Amino acid sequence: MSTAPTKDHPHLAADFNRDEPRVNWHDETLWWVRAKRDIAAHKLPEWELLRETASQIKFNVLSNLSTYLEQFEANAIKNGIIVHWAADATEHNQIVHSLLEQKGITKMVKSKSMLTEECHLNEYLKEQGIDVIDSDLGERIVQLANEPPSHIVLPCIHKKKEEIGDIFHEHLGSAKGESDPKILTETARQHLREVFLTRRAALTGVNFAVAETGEFVICTNEGNADMGAHLAEIHIASMGIEKLIPERKHLGVFLRLLTRSATGQPITTYSSHFSKPQNGTEIHIVIVDNGRSIQLGREEFRNSLKCIRCGACMNTCPVYRKSGGHSYHTAVAGPIGSILAPNLDMKKYADLPFASTLCGSCSNVCPVKIDIHDQLYKWRQVIVKEGYSPKAKTMAMKAMALTLASPTLYRMGGKTGRLVFKYAPFAVNNKLNPWYNQREMPKAPDESFGEWYAKRKGAKNS
Amino acid sequence: MSREKILAAVKFNQPTAMPLPDMEVLNTLTDVRTDLASKYKTIATAGGSFVYEVSGFDEIKTIINNEFKAGVKVISALNELSDYIYAETVKHEDGHNFADVELTVLRTKLGVAENGALWLTEKDMGSRVLPFIAQHLAVVIGKDDFVPTMAQAYQVIADADYGYGSFISGPSKTADIEQSLVIGAHGPRSLSVFILS
Ligand code: SF4
Repeated sequence: MSTAPTKDHPHLAADFNRDEPRVNWHDETLWWVRAKRDIAAHKLPEWELLRETASQIKFNVLSNLSTYLEQFEANAIKNGIIVHWAADATEHNQIVHSLLEQKGITKMVKSKSMLTEECHLNEYLKEQGIDVIDSDLGERIVQLANEPPSHIVLPCIHKKKEEIGDIFHEHLGSAKGESDPKILTETARQHLREVFLTRRAALTGVNFAVAETGEFVICTNEGNADMGAHLAEIHIASMGIEKLIPERKHLGVFLRLLTRSATGQPITTYSSHFSKPQNGTEIHIVIVDNGRSIQLGREEFRNSLKCIRCGACMNTCPVYRKSGGHSYHTAVAGPIGSILAPNLDMKKYADLPFASTLCGSCSNVCPVKIDIHDQLYKWRQVIVKEGYSPKAKTMAMKAMALTLASPTLYRMGGKTGRLVFKYAPFAVNNKLNPWYNQREMPKAPDESFGEWYAKRKGAKNS
Repeated sequence: MSREKILAAVKFNQPTAMPLPDMEVLNTLTDVRTDLASKYKTIATAGGSFVYEVSGFDEIKTIINNEFKAGVKVISALNELSDYIYAETVKHEDGHNFADVELTVLRTKLGVAENGALWLTEKDMGSRVLPFIAQHLAVVIGKDDFVPTMAQAYQVIADADYGYGSFISGPSKTADIEQSLVIGAHGPRSLSVFILS
């Protein structure tokens, strides 16, 4: 897979921004998906009630998580599912590998799981000599391109069909220059059908796990999770501890929200409930912490664990749409990823909470009502306090703090600023000002609010 | 052991218990005047399914015979459609044996009007892989077997016991290539729904 990027978000975004028409296309495509979400949401009069209910259910889950985890485990075991626990990514990967090793399996088919991306499972298994094929079409495409997914719901949203055509020509033998999505999808169907029919092991993610019944639910449109799981001898499901919900009936709330928020669809084509293994096969579930219990203890960021991974916050985010998913250099990109990543490694991901305009659009669309933009703002404060703030931002903020602390400097600064805007716009519109990159700077007003107010007051009094 | 370590950390870090919200309101938000079968038809059709309203099994047979070439492998889980391989008799076979199935016909007693989803359990399927591996899928449902939303659907299946079950709402599809919708990803290339009056 990809090598770990050494650049931070502004530099990676600048790379993405070099191709302006592509940025516009990326921006418009995601906005179109966001618009479909709005149409779907507005069709349900009870939309806000659903969001509130979902948020409250998740609150209850987080506040009783240890009980629900134990309850789920007991019920899953009763159902014949084998349960494993992994404290971190390494342990998760080792568990998966040992399960395959025990059966002498060297090839696995995998459906979408952002958790395994977070754990870098594919790279790990490759090093152990295990061949993994991703079966979600978007993930298969980025896997062949040797890239990570750039979006949690739309993994290859950054790729043009011509590029996908080239990848398929090289790896799957489709005709040179073929870029018709229908023909390319058919090519993938034939290739992956062979994979499904020959792999003895399948790994899937988990969308929801039900404490009351010990079952778990996987949602796909392609049916790839089911094809893989039902044909394999062993089905391994990887799940973060936060995926639990209390009772089966609560699925009704989340399944109504998930795809409407994601793409505007009323529900995925398949919402599959796995409760017991079929005759002669095994289901294993790996319950993974990997920093989640720490986040649970951070009162201000705890809410981020409510996330159901619909991607709505990414589709609506003006920064995500214009900087591309890879610029976030973490498995879960966009607004929610920028909250989750610093919990894992504050230094490495110190740049991400700053990759936001704090416009609040993410919080408005979030189906479980996570206060995303507030949390991003809070992360900034934590990061600055802990001394991890990104370099360029530190300088700018120091100057700003100084200016804001002194009324004289503030007034002077405003005046100078306006003069600079007016007579020397090149001083603002240049590469040294990170805000000017890919932005038109606003025109400066002729006078400041202070000046205008003083004049107005004077006029009134006279 | 990681299990104990994780549970202890979670227990230590979780906030004070918060109550579960009232679900009753959502359960009762039902528009009783709506014709659920026709609402289902509209939504399912928009999702790429072919919906037929039929008066009996002969009509279903005629449609299937018109749509599919004679001699293709069809597996049916319905007693009433006995011209085909009966799912019950092959359910213990290895799933890989169904790779050449052209059409699977199943029966359900629960459909959801708001999203076109049909609830099918392992029992209805015979073999779990059948509705996925077949090139085409057909499902028979009674016209009174629809509920308005997922809230009521889960009231119906609240205590159901199943090894596996799935809400299926259309043919297998993808939009991963430049967001163009393509029908027929890994599962069935079509879903035909027969609403029995
Ligand atoms: S934070 Fe909210 S909007 Fe973003 S992916 Fe998670 S659930 Fe969806």
